[in-house]
Amino acid sequence: MQFGIFSVGDVTPDPTTGRTPSEAERIESMTRIALKAEEVGLDVFATGEHHNPPFVPSSPTTHLGFIAAKTDKLLLSTSTTLITTNDPVKIAEDYAMLQHLSGGRIDLMMGRGNTGPVYPWFGKDIRDGIKLAIENYHLLRLLWREPVVNWQGQFRTPLQGYTSTPAPLDGTPPFVWHGSIRSTEIAEQAAYYGDGFFHNHIFWNKEHTEQMVRLYRQRFEHYGHGSADQAIVGLGGQVFMGTTEAEAKRQFRPYFDNAPVYGHGPSLEDFSTMTPLTVGTPEQVIERTLGFADYAGDYQRQLFLIDHAGLPIDVVLEQLEILGRDVVPVLRTEFDRRRPAHVPSDPPTHTSLVAAGPDAPHHLVEPARATLEAATSTSTQGATA
Amino acid sequence: MTRTVVVITAGLSVPSSTRLLADQVADAVSAQVGARGEAVRLEHVELRELAGDLASYMTSGGVPTARLSEVRDLVSSADGMIAVTPVFTASYSGLFKMFFDALDTDALNGMPVLIAATAGTARHSLVLDHAMRPLFAYLRAVVVPTGVFAATEDFGGTTDLSARITRAAGELAGLVVGTDHVAGFGPDASGRRTTRTSGTDLGPVTDFADLLRGHAG
Repeated sequence: MQFGIFSVGDVTPDPTTGRTPSEAERIESMTRIALKAEEVGLDVFATGEHHNPPFVPSSPTTHLGFIAAKTDKLLLSTSTTLITTNDPVKIAEDYAMLQHLSGGRIDLMMGRGNTGPVYPWFGKDIRDGIKLAIENYHLLRLLWREPVVNWQGQFRTPLQGYTSTPAPLDGTPPFVWHGSIRSTEIAEQAAYYGDGFFHNHIFWNKEHTEQMVRLYRQRFEHYGHGSADQAIVGLGGQVFMGTTEAEAKRQFRPYFDNAPVYGHGPSLEDFSTMTPLTVGTPEQVIERTLGFADYAGDYQRQLFLIDHAGLPIDVVLEQLEILGRDVVPVLRTEFDRRRPAHVPSDPPTHTSLVAAGPDAPHHLVEPARATLEAATSTSTQGATA
Repeated sequence: MTRTVVVITAGLSVPSSTRLLADQVADAVSAQVGARGEAVRLEHVELRELAGDLASYMTSGGVPTARLSEVRDLVSSADGMIAVTPVFTASYSGLFKMFFDALDTDALNGMPVLIAATAGTARHSLVLDHAMRPLFAYLRAVVVPTGVFAATEDFGGTTDLSARITRAAGELAGLVVGTDHVAGFGPDASGRRTTRTSGTDLGPVTDFADLLRGHAG
């Protein structure tokens, strides 16, 4: 199982000092967080993508390429890559380039973005959000799988005789996740292609996450990629740890109370009940996190949010130390213990995808097509007989 | 079959004249449904008790508390609604609006609704038709023609308040009892949205073949 960090990349004043870091400081902090994640034995660092203040990560592949050069094992990912407003042709090029530079240590997570004005700034209409995600992602798959692409769609200029360069490393496209909070269309999309499904989880009640993950798992099986419990699931989590629960709450509360998204709203205690937020001891974080599998099933990737709301970099790095030392090793053992043998422990990686060979379903633009056609011909034969 | 009518009241004081009016309307609706040979179960929702849940919902990017989820389910599964608000600053109260802002946009499709309001003076009575009626029209509810407005003086003097209550209750009861008879004429080809969703369940899922159609290049 993979454990890691996902960062929103917000520049937020520290409410205890009133000090706002500069963009330069925030970008440097994100790099230090990624390097620390590798140092303490975590597997993944994922960066958000935003095109408006107060966020800094507008150019994820630039940043991830820089981090790739300074790390050896860390898997670099996104949370999320905007499949709606980015040109899929540029995504294909940028992430293939990053895949080469990092030696295959990347995957990426598609998302639609929830900031209305970003769509018109990039020449798109938010009301087309789902359609853009469907069309652009399908084109991205073609670009990474077919040497020459001739294509015409609704949203971008047609392509005639186009070859995306560089081709994916070892002829093997990166693994892709789809992140969605409540759009069933996106769970359906992830299931159709046999891709991973990531639920943000941290701003929602568990009943909702459970429904979305269950839908994805059922449809993954329907499309013939394996049984529902073999589908590739990732979840978010939000934690803050201290030596005692009281100490953790004392330290985190001013950040919680003033946080973007939920600050000045529900109490820390209420929000901890409503959502997976856990503020307490490492043992409490372990217990709560293990409980995620009780409703989402055995899953393959756990990403924690630990660096938002103006938390100072020293505190964040200390939290990472605790995660790496006291929490993640126990989670690895305990999740391994409860996971049945037929359920994959990890999402597909570059190494596993290359090992599966060029004839593996991953190399098909629509791996589900064969399953669906077989089902159709069976039912036709049944009708004839 | 027992019908369920949910009574939404936004009064703030205890006891409130808004709740007093709501109880009179609810009793009248019970009697009118009974007169049509059907039973009705009334479910009261005092929005004052949900004030914290609604504030949480609004300030957390839309995470419903367990209590708010229950009420949203209750509302969307009801056969009819009585909605009563006090008039604050020339309109329904903020708490009343906040509740309807926290519902799924398909939560009240086709729902029979009786609207009622209270105020210190009858000068506010157009709140029914200039504020409440458009709100429920937006949510695709079916608002009965008679609205009930009670100014403070209506609780004492000889006014036609009880006659209006009876008339409005009769209109609502007709729709609440009549729902079954409308069904059964075959599929609705008008594109009218009749299914209600509370937002708790995911709703219908579109097959990917339909989503991809026209977008595969």
